[in-house]
Amino acid sequence: MNNNINLTIDNIPVTVPKGSTILQAARQVGIKIPTLCYHPDQAVKANCRVCVCEVEGSRLLQAACSQPAMEGMVVKTRTPKVIEARKTILELILAHHPQDCLNCIRNGNCELQDLAAEYFIRDNPFELKRRGLPKDYSTPALFRDPDKCILCRRCIDTCSVTQSVNALGLQNRGFETMVVPSMGLDLIDSPCVMCGQCIHACPVGAIGEVEEIDKLLAALADPNKVVVTQIAPAVRVAIGEEIGMQTGELPMDVFVAGLRQLGFDYVLHTNFTADLTIMEEGNELLQRLNEGGTLPMFTSCSPGWINFCETYYPDLLDNLSTCKSPQQMFGALVKTYWAEKMNIAPENIYSVSIMPCVAKKYEASRPEMDDSGYRDVDLVLTTREIGRLFRMSGIDFTQLAGSDFDSWMGAYTGAGVIFGASGGVMEAALRTVYEVVTGETLQDVNFTVTRGIEGIKEAELDLAGTTVKIAIANGLSNARILMDQVRNGESPYHFIEIMACPGGCIGGGGQPITKANTKRVERIEKIYAEDEKMPLRKSHQNPEVKVLYDEFLHEPLGEKSHELLHTHYHAKNKKYL
Amino acid sequence: MKPEELIDEVRQSKLRGRGGAGFNCGQKWYFAYTARADEKFVICNADEGEPGTYKDRIIMENDPHVLIEGMTICATAIGARQGYIYLRGEYPQVVNILNTAIDQAKARGLLDDFDIEVRSGAGAYVCGEETALIESIEGKRGEPRYKPPYPPVEGLWNQPTIVNNVETFAAVPAIVKNGASWYASIGHPDYPGTKIVTLTGDVNNRTFFEVPTNTTIREIIYEFGGGIPAGKKFKAVQVGGTSGAFIPEENLDTPLAFDTMTAIGATLGSGAVLVLDESRNLIDVLTRISGFFQHESCGKCAPCREGTMRLYDLMLKVNNGTGKPQDIKIMQKLGNVMAISCLCGLGQAAPAPILSSLEHFPADFNVKLM
Repeated sequence: MNNNINLTIDNIPVTVPKGSTILQAARQVGIKIPTLCYHPDQAVKANCRVCVCEVEGSRLLQAACSQPAMEGMVVKTRTPKVIEARKTILELILAHHPQDCLNCIRNGNCELQDLAAEYFIRDNPFELKRRGLPKDYSTPALFRDPDKCILCRRCIDTCSVTQSVNALGLQNRGFETMVVPSMGLDLIDSPCVMCGQCIHACPVGAIGEVEEIDKLLAALADPNKVVVTQIAPAVRVAIGEEIGMQTGELPMDVFVAGLRQLGFDYVLHTNFTADLTIMEEGNELLQRLNEGGTLPMFTSCSPGWINFCETYYPDLLDNLSTCKSPQQMFGALVKTYWAEKMNIAPENIYSVSIMPCVAKKYEASRPEMDDSGYRDVDLVLTTREIGRLFRMSGIDFTQLAGSDFDSWMGAYTGAGVIFGASGGVMEAALRTVYEVVTGETLQDVNFTVTRGIEGIKEAELDLAGTTVKIAIANGLSNARILMDQVRNGESPYHFIEIMACPGGCIGGGGQPITKANTKRVERIEKIYAEDEKMPLRKSHQNPEVKVLYDEFLHEPLGEKSHELLHTHYHAKNKKYL
Repeated sequence: MKPEELIDEVRQSKLRGRGGAGFNCGQKWYFAYTARADEKFVICNADEGEPGTYKDRIIMENDPHVLIEGMTICATAIGARQGYIYLRGEYPQVVNILNTAIDQAKARGLLDDFDIEVRSGAGAYVCGEETALIESIEGKRGEPRYKPPYPPVEGLWNQPTIVNNVETFAAVPAIVKNGASWYASIGHPDYPGTKIVTLTGDVNNRTFFEVPTNTTIREIIYEFGGGIPAGKKFKAVQVGGTSGAFIPEENLDTPLAFDTMTAIGATLGSGAVLVLDESRNLIDVLTRISGFFQHESCGKCAPCREGTMRLYDLMLKVNNGTGKPQDIKIMQKLGNVMAISCLCGLGQAAPAPILSSLEHFPADFNVKLM
């Protein structure tokens, strides 16, 4: 049976596999059909209608995103009828959109703005109407601006299908239809876990990160403050996308030099505490395995995942590793250990983290995150916000000489680097746990089975005669599958790594706007390429981590560690779950 | 009769759906029959939300068994064991009638292993659209799905599903009993059988009639309807419900069949007939109609959600005397775009009353413009 379909689009013959849509067929031959509600990693919605085309023999225009290609079909994508329909639909959408592009967080990176330009919308015959709804700034991580919503529903799809969080839904009908947090609550009271994946899904500026650039500028201008920054593992591979470079193109030392140009007093690295996390978490796993602790143990680096566990699986909180995330370990140490070592008064330290994440903004604001005696992390900026700051400052990275990280919390290994990708924490842990348990040196540090964007990965490892079963999930709907197994007593695993965002932190809610998973895959490749190049690739080899243990912590899971590096979690008790 | 024979009989009868789309009923059943699935469903669309239409209620109140029999024949033909009657929310009194009839039929063993459940709608007009109706039965927002896939291939719970109107199912028992050729010989050859029409507006007999489909609109108004009261003159007639076109005097000799109505730029729709006499203000009527659509749009697709609101706005403007010639042009362009771009029949048909009135009664607009 022939599984191919032959059709013509704008007189160009196309052959596509059966089941392809007109949109897929058109893209195959380079014909651009505009879309708004279409998302490459989501189910077809066909609700914006800007992709309509003429199909010979049909009175109606057909939506290219949903209409299957049929044998002999004759499609026209640029007839006057099609263009008039698309323009009219765009005018309708724009007339119910604030059109305050100049003040919008997505100015210059907006699908609606692009289409308005491409379809040369000039004199909109429809009078501007605004919903006049208030912005929702109830969370410290992300905001919603329902006035800007164009009702494509991509955020709902991400929240319910990709993440299984179900915080967003629809209310009312007709032109009064709105996307709202469930039961019309404020976002903070809804089951929202602040992963921020909806920000990537949104084609316009209806959802975004809570911007805090001004706070940084104020701190940098304050002569009494020592502004210290940490950079998360997933940031470097993506920051280039914000400043006109390719994914992974900006070298780390040039990135550091750029941050110094912005005025940071010290540039340190979250990779350092990623390595430290492995020391603590790896030993915690061994302790649980040896002493009959709660298993499987879950990783605890991803604050969106922590929120999800506290919201939907409060009965499994004991399974979570007590380790704080690398950001919060860093925060607790920078105002204690590092302050002491640098002889800087901790009250003068302003600790800023640069994260691929919006949930980190919330995590830093958690009341329990003050073990240093101060707020451990003063400010969290996303990759996008730092990108904005670089653009504002006009830093020319091609002219910058590289610069090294500052001492005592700036050294890192390849194990810290791969924290940025799904499976990285697991692989980093295995590199260390294997050597601790067996006393042998790993010949090949690459546990490739843990790598990739696949939703759930699993493996079995022999650790000196003991079989350890591990699983890795990225994206919360995949986490849910593993959690349900645990809840039902059917989980075969000892150790489970969960990252809230698809692909791990490289796909985090604070990263450059990423519509397609293909971009996440590209970032993952750059992460492992960086790991390959590292001279040290095991966390326990990190020289500064060794100094930290020698001089301050003394041993993993020791008294000081428990005071500063470990925490515990609380059920969220959300309404209407 | 075997399933194939049943389907063939219905197909040969040329029975076409009475809900508005006019698809060959037997052909539709055949799609569901040949679709491979563990489960198939039969749904009766009794949502009857078109203003001015109450033909389905008349059937269900007076002869619920003919509907149950039609559905059971369909279930036998396609191999379904579960049926639903999706009943208009405003017909609470019909629930008991249907349930009693279903119980009676079951008590006599007439349904075999087929079962029928009555589901009440919640008042949304769009749930008369078959895929929105399916979503509603599934417990979701009443919003249409994109097509294809069509329900006979992927319907309720993504299983092959036949959705037919009450009047369509009600025609089936007589076809099976009397044969396809008997039915095909009644009325208009392209759309044979009878049609129940419900007369409202400026006619003497504001009631319902079952007429053969070769009956003309003029016959309906002047013979069955008894003409226009108080000696007033005819102005326009809207056939098929609120989404129907307004038809002028010169088209009154059109038979009430599917294709004949399409040929004059109108639709047969539900068979509602709303007559307006010369004293009526068409612009006022159109304003109310556009208000109805902006209220009933589900909000899923952009051109309907935004377009119905804009049409209403523009009609309000024209009706209150502040409209400009440019507003008419905007309505015309918008209406044309909606008619071909909206996701479902609601948005596609919503501009029809305005567009047809602009075509046939432009003077009514012009006198209102600034």
